[in-house]
Amino acid sequence: MDLFLQQTFDGLAFGGIYACVALAVVMIYQATDHLNFAQGEMAMFSTYIAFTLLHHGVPYWWAFLLTMAISFIGGVLVERIIVRPVEGTSVLNEVIVFIGLLAIFNSLAGWIWDYTIKPFPSPFPDKAPFGITFIGPHDFGVIGVTLMVLAAVFLFFRFTPVGLAMRAAAQNPDSARLVGIRVGWMLALGWGLAAAIGSVAGMMVAPIVFLEPNMMMGILLYGFAGALLGGISNPVGAVAGGFMVGVLENWVGTYVPFVGSQLKLTVALVLIVTVLVFRPSGLFGHVVVRRV
Amino acid sequence: MDARSNAKSRELAALASGAKLSRSQLVGLALALLAAFALPWFISDYRNFQFTLAISYAMAVLGLNILVGYNGQFSLGHAAFYAIGAYTAAIMMEQGGFSYYWTIPVAGLVCLVAGFLFGLPALRLEGLYLALATFALSVATPQMLKYDAISPWTGGVQGVSITKPDPPFGLPISQDQWLYLFSLAVMLVLFVCAWNMLRGRTGRALKAIRDNPIAASAMGVDTALYKSLTFGVSALYTGIAGALGAIAIQFVAPDTFNFFLSIAFLVGVVIGGLASIPGAVFGGLVIVFIPNFAEQVSKAAPWAIYGAVLILFMYFMPAGIWGFIRMLYAWFTRKRGGESDSRAR
Amino acid sequence: MLHRKLLVAAAAVALTIGAGPVAAKKMYGPGVTDTEIKIGNINPYSGPASAYGAIGKGIAAYFKMVNDNGGVNGRKIDFISLDDGYSPPKAVEAARELVEKDQALLIFQSLGTPSNTAIHKYMNAKKVPQLFVATGAGKWNDPKHFHWTMGWQPSYPGEAEIYAAWLLKNKPNAKVGILYQNDDYGKDYLDGFLKGLGAKAKTMVVAKESYEVTDPTVDSQIIKLKDSGADTFFNITTPKFAAQAIRKAYDSGWKPLQFLNNVSSAIGSVLKPAGFEQSTGVITTVYQMDYSDPQFKDDPAMKAWDAWMDKYMPGADKTNGNYIFAYNVAYTMVQVLKQAGDDLTRANVMKQAANLKNVKVPLLLPGITVDTSPTDYAPIQCEQLAKFDGKEWHRFGDVICPK
Repeated sequence: MDLFLQQTFDGLAFGGIYACVALAVVMIYQATDHLNFAQGEMAMFSTYIAFTLLHHGVPYWWAFLLTMAISFIGGVLVERIIVRPVEGTSVLNEVIVFIGLLAIFNSLAGWIWDYTIKPFPSPFPDKAPFGITFIGPHDFGVIGVTLMVLAAVFLFFRFTPVGLAMRAAAQNPDSARLVGIRVGWMLALGWGLAAAIGSVAGMMVAPIVFLEPNMMMGILLYGFAGALLGGISNPVGAVAGGFMVGVLENWVGTYVPFVGSQLKLTVALVLIVTVLVFRPSGLFGHVVVRRV
Repeated sequence: MDARSNAKSRELAALASGAKLSRSQLVGLALALLAAFALPWFISDYRNFQFTLAISYAMAVLGLNILVGYNGQFSLGHAAFYAIGAYTAAIMMEQGGFSYYWTIPVAGLVCLVAGFLFGLPALRLEGLYLALATFALSVATPQMLKYDAISPWTGGVQGVSITKPDPPFGLPISQDQWLYLFSLAVMLVLFVCAWNMLRGRTGRALKAIRDNPIAASAMGVDTALYKSLTFGVSALYTGIAGALGAIAIQFVAPDTFNFFLSIAFLVGVVIGGLASIPGAVFGGLVIVFIPNFAEQVSKAAPWAIYGAVLILFMYFMPAGIWGFIRMLYAWFTRKRGGESDSRAR
Repeated sequence: MLHRKLLVAAAAVALTIGAGPVAAKKMYGPGVTDTEIKIGNINPYSGPASAYGAIGKGIAAYFKMVNDNGGVNGRKIDFISLDDGYSPPKAVEAARELVEKDQALLIFQSLGTPSNTAIHKYMNAKKVPQLFVATGAGKWNDPKHFHWTMGWQPSYPGEAEIYAAWLLKNKPNAKVGILYQNDDYGKDYLDGFLKGLGAKAKTMVVAKESYEVTDPTVDSQIIKLKDSGADTFFNITTPKFAAQAIRKAYDSGWKPLQFLNNVSSAIGSVLKPAGFEQSTGVITTVYQMDYSDPQFKDDPAMKAWDAWMDKYMPGADKTNGNYIFAYNVAYTMVQVLKQAGDDLTRANVMKQAANLKNVKVPLLLPGITVDTSPTDYAPIQCEQLAKFDGKEWHRFGDVICPK
């Protein structure tokens, strides 16, 4: 029972990271109708920016906010300058540009900051509140931050005119243009916000896995899986999906016989895909009815 | 994707897929073939090896192109089928004692079945969800190949070394020259098959499913069967490519067949030319030679150069290399007064 | 090719005409001239293992220093290093490019077990030295079947046997939990360890957990190992996962006796990120010095290395143990070339590589030397156990040389 609880809480703790990445995925999907393969690498790059700021003596929370701001501007610039020329050509062309971005960010980070792992500080106190011991203080903080970001994203899309305009621009650019929405800038805004959320995910994950250029590669897959499992159109679902993926992976690794750690990811993915076969729009997503 | 960009991309795709061959095109094709068969005598063994690899990748790219370009199904997992083909060849040759040429049809068949079976559940998944399922497949492949229970055959984490075949009938050519010619012949057979399949009824059905699945099924196309069969055929091509690649490299190991290989295939498809058969040849060349180019430019950050090259390709050749060539060709013939051409259409 | 044959023939004629066995006779293999020696190398500068690219860069910087000081016997080293992205197909391509197109004399320090396995047969069929490969697999010490391939660093299985022997002697009732990377490197350590324990392996090893390099963390595995009741932990992981495992074990309140493989024994880039308090008491084996280890601060060799880093690798991270490794292995290469003198054929280079006697490489630990013979292709065999005391590696016991 002890093992069960530990694996579950550990899964939840890491699920918080997946959830945070999943939120960034949802953000970019809501804003652009695409998945961005370079998202993880952009988050990693942002984290290095935070690392550099901290290294130069900037206090943690200032560095945190500054990194979010820089990432936001960076995201907007990437969209305006690099992605813009291929927008609307075809999904695959955009995917290739994303892959190109992934390679560039990964390689640049290694070039600038070297490949050795760097410790990244956690902003949270050494002890979790309420005397909780099953879950580390940082993990606890991660879950809290994830829920806060979730609330912000949810409120943004539900209650602000910009959020609404952004969704409109992504889902039906032509009609959106007709009602006076500046579709191009909405896309850029979406990229900026997704980059900012990604930077939060990066700064939350780095204290756990250590900062290095390949830090986000594995995590992005879990983020995608979480977002799709929960429902890509639904931030709440995506966060739930992220937590589920974290817990599921640990359970599979611990309890499914003959699988052990060697195949735990494989089995977890098979389970997720199976769920998606039966619920093609995710556990919490709504079914899209298409017109002919 | 919205309707406008849909239409635009179709236009580009149409540009990249030739249906009928004119006389000048036939002449061009014959010249290209002649050049391809004469090539091994003009280059070193090392280059022969590189081009053999390019041929192997070209077949894999064609396999993926049939699925992505013609049928509109997305796959980030074709490294898995390439791996199955490669391991089939390795196990047959090193443990079964078979000759290398027997591995080609077997690898194809095994992958046909594997692809078809994977295609069945994938039927219910579209777009992003299919991308995730295939992504998962390619992440899981190395782990499955390493799995202890099957390591007596796969060699586990250590992989399998393969002996390179000698040229037959005592031909006075090197192993590399022979392997190039053999791979080229296999590729030609596969390309002709693909061309035959895609320009006829089957090709129309596939494209109909891609462009408007609901209308296609309303018109009596068995969408489910076609889609899973396409997955199977696509895997068959990739599997044969994997077998040839393994024989050329003389070694298979689990971590070779990772997510990045799948990505490389996708890059080959798009940069070569989506939904075009000749584009696959360029795709294969791109997979082998762009990383080499990137490395020559910068040792410090080769991937940055690689990424930049990909992005530049998308800026200047949005329909891929083959699409670009066709555009040049169209522009050239129009300039020469291609009225007869337009009347013929 | 033709040129080379002519050259060799001419040299042979010159030798027979010339006055007997004079050492000054020049014999050149491919890639060698009066002013230059071409050396090939394959390293992952891109892709998932790009952290090791530092070794290739370090070697290039070392050779630059050698060239700036006049080269080896007056010949400059032309170091051609190619990127294989840790992928065997690319490694084969790179090896063929180096051997056939660039006509390198030899390939030095090609990195990674899969990549080296892929080119193993080719190099031996072509009779090109594949010298001092950067992997600790046991299979490189096989001069009978693979005359042209030689490793450099202590072998992984040998190192694992040292831990096993220590356990059998000092803690025979240990319950061991093992975490290993699920690839050739992890399996090599695992097999060596199990072999070292012999018949007792079945009772002593209570849990084995593996992870993939693509996994984000090893937390879940550590929890399982802790739950297995193990009181001894053998940590077969690369730096990132090693640091994670050490910290997670500490955080979860698991206090086993820890063995850490040498691969991840760097203080600055593993133990410091993991936390000094968390790493205290960890046991490893060492054979080279560590820049972050205070006991070597005033060592003249370490000072020379420091100056070299400042001059040839400005801005590089000195805590990265790969630069120490690169410096040492490049030194060994230069030693072989010096020994070969003016007879720079592939055969003689291989002969000299198999004839290193008591070579003292600057940043190897005292008592550890490079030794080879035609039947022994393992240049560094000996290592010493060391315990981390929260600040530095405290070596204990004798220098051990597993067979």
